[in-house]
Amino acid sequence: MSSMAISPTSPAPRTSLARRVSALLYRRTTLALLLLLTPPLLWFGVVYLGSLLTLIAQSFYTFDDFSMQVTPEWTLANYRALLDAANLDIVLRTVSMALAVSAMSALLAFPLAYYMARYAKGSEKAFFYVAVMLPMWASYLVKVYAWTVLLAKGGISWWLIDKLGLTPLYEWMLTLPGIGGSTLSTSNFGRFWVFVYIWLPFMILPIQAALERIPDNLLAASSDLGARPWQTFVHIILPMAVPGVVAGSIFTFSLTLGDYIIPQLIGPSGFYIGNMVYSMQGSVGNMPMAAAFTVVPIVLIGVYLTLAKRTGAFDAL
Amino acid sequence: MHSERTPWALRLAAYGGLAFLHFPILVIFAYAFNTEESAFSFPLQGFTLHWFADAFARQDIFDAITVSLKVAAEATALALVLGTLAALALSRRDFCGKNGITLLLILPIALPGIITGIALLNAFKVAALEPGMLTIVVGHATFCVVIVYNNVVARLRRLPASLIEASMDLGADSFQSFRHVVLPSLATSLLAGGMLAFALSFDEIIVTTFTAGHEVTLPIWMLNQLGRPRDVPVTNVVAMLVMAVTTLPILGAWYLTRDTTDTAGSGK
Repeated sequence: MSSMAISPTSPAPRTSLARRVSALLYRRTTLALLLLLTPPLLWFGVVYLGSLLTLIAQSFYTFDDFSMQVTPEWTLANYRALLDAANLDIVLRTVSMALAVSAMSALLAFPLAYYMARYAKGSEKAFFYVAVMLPMWASYLVKVYAWTVLLAKGGISWWLIDKLGLTPLYEWMLTLPGIGGSTLSTSNFGRFWVFVYIWLPFMILPIQAALERIPDNLLAASSDLGARPWQTFVHIILPMAVPGVVAGSIFTFSLTLGDYIIPQLIGPSGFYIGNMVYSMQGSVGNMPMAAAFTVVPIVLIGVYLTLAKRTGAFDAL
Repeated sequence: MHSERTPWALRLAAYGGLAFLHFPILVIFAYAFNTEESAFSFPLQGFTLHWFADAFARQDIFDAITVSLKVAAEATALALVLGTLAALALSRRDFCGKNGITLLLILPIALPGIITGIALLNAFKVAALEPGMLTIVVGHATFCVVIVYNNVVARLRRLPASLIEASMDLGADSFQSFRHVVLPSLATSLLAGGMLAFALSFDEIIVTTFTAGHEVTLPIWMLNQLGRPRDVPVTNVVAMLVMAVTTLPILGAWYLTRDTTDTAGSGK
C-alpha cells in the first residue's frame, strides 16, 4: 500500500515547461477555452461583426445629393426613401421572387428527396447523394452561364420546344403579363427557372435528412391502424417533412434575396435588392442608401429564421 | 413500407430530377468542343479541340487562375486554423454565449453574400485599406471557417473523451495528447473540410466582386467575359475547366467521410 502514497518530496516525473503549461491549462479549463477562442472570436467579433455593425451605422448617415459626400449626421432619410414607390417595388419584386422560388424548389425537390430517403439503398443511395452534392458545389457562375447558353436565341431550349411541338404553348406563355417577355432569356419565367435550378440542391438535402429520420415502425404502426398508404403519407410523412422543407427554404429564400448576378444576366430589366445595393455603392457612391437596402434582407431573414425556429427546422439543417 | 415495390412514377421523378440538375453542366462540356464561334445554335456545328489551345495561350486566363489558386490556398489555410480552434473550444463544454458564437460562425453563409461583401468593403474603406489580394483573402476566409468548423466539430463529437483520458493516464500532457491522439483522428475531417473550403473559395463571385479592387480572380474574369460575345469559345473552355477543377476536391471530401454519419458536403 505504501507505494500508492506519493510523498510530497518525491521528484516529479518531468517538469518541462510544456508539462507545466499543460497542467495549468488542464486545471484551468476556462483559461484553455479562452486561449482557443480568442483567435476565432477576434476574427468574427472584430472583422465580421464589426463590419456588419459599421454598415448598419452607415445606413443612418446623411448623403448629400449635390456634393455626393457622406457625412456622419444621423438621419432616417434613407429608410424613408426605402418606402418610395420605386424602391418598394424593388423590395416586393425580390421578395415575391424569393417566395415563388422557394415554393417551386420544395415541389421539385420532394420526390427526389423522398426517393433518396425511403427507396434508394446502398450504392444507389451513395450515387444519389454525390449526384445531388456535385451540382450544389459546382461553380455558381458556370451554372448561370450554362443557362444563358441554354436559353439563348436558337439554342437548345428553342430546339427542344420546337421538336416537342410546344411552340404555340411557349408563345402563349411569353404573352402573359408578369411572366412572359420577348424571349425566354428576357422573361421573368426564365429568371425564375434559373433561380430554381441553382438553389434546388439546397432544398433536396434538408428534406432528405428530415425524411430519413422518420422511424420505419411509425409507418408500420400507421398501416397497422388501418391507414392506407396515401393517408400515411398525408398524416405522417408530410408533417414530419415540414422541418426539412423549412430548413431548405431558408437557403432558397436567403440566397434569392441577395442575388444580383442572375437578375443581371437573365430576365427583364428592373432591379432586385442585390442590383440596387451594388449600383448604389458602386456607380452612385451612395453607401448609406446601399446600407439601408442591405438592412431589408437582414430583417427579412431574421423574421424568417424566427418563424422557422418554431417549426424545429434547425434540427433538420 | 420498404418491402413494397418502388412506384415507377417516383423513380422516374427522382432520376428526372437528377437529369435536370446535370443537364446544363453537360451542355457546357459539349459546347466547349463546338466549332461555332459567336452563337449558341443547336444542334452543334462540329467538333474541335482548337479552343483549348486558344485558352491555354491566353495570359489573362493564366493570371486569373494563379490569383484564384493563391486566394483559395491562403483562405483555406486561415479557415483551417480558425475553424479547428473554434471547433475545439465549442465542442468542450457549455458556456454562456456559446450559441451566440455558433450563430456568428454560420452568419457569413446564412446571410446573402452581398451583405458580407458590402459590409467588408465598407469596413476596408473606413480602415483606409486598399482592396486587393489581402481583402479578398479576408472575405473568403470569413465564409470558409464554418465549412471547416462543421467538419471538425462533427468528428470531435464522435471522438470518445475516454481516449484522451487514457492518453493522459499513460503520462501524456495535453499537447502530446493533442498531437498523438486528437490530431490523427481529426486528419480526414480536416482534409475534407479544407478541400470543401478550397472549392468554395475558388469559385466564389459575389463577395469577391466587392473586395477584389483591381485583382481579377477566375470567376471575375468569367463574369467580365459574359459581356463579350466574341470570346464565347474560350469562355466555354474555361467554364468547363472550372467545373472539372472544383469537382475533384468535392468528390475527395465525400470519399474521405463517406462511411461516417456526418458526410462532408451536405451543407454549403
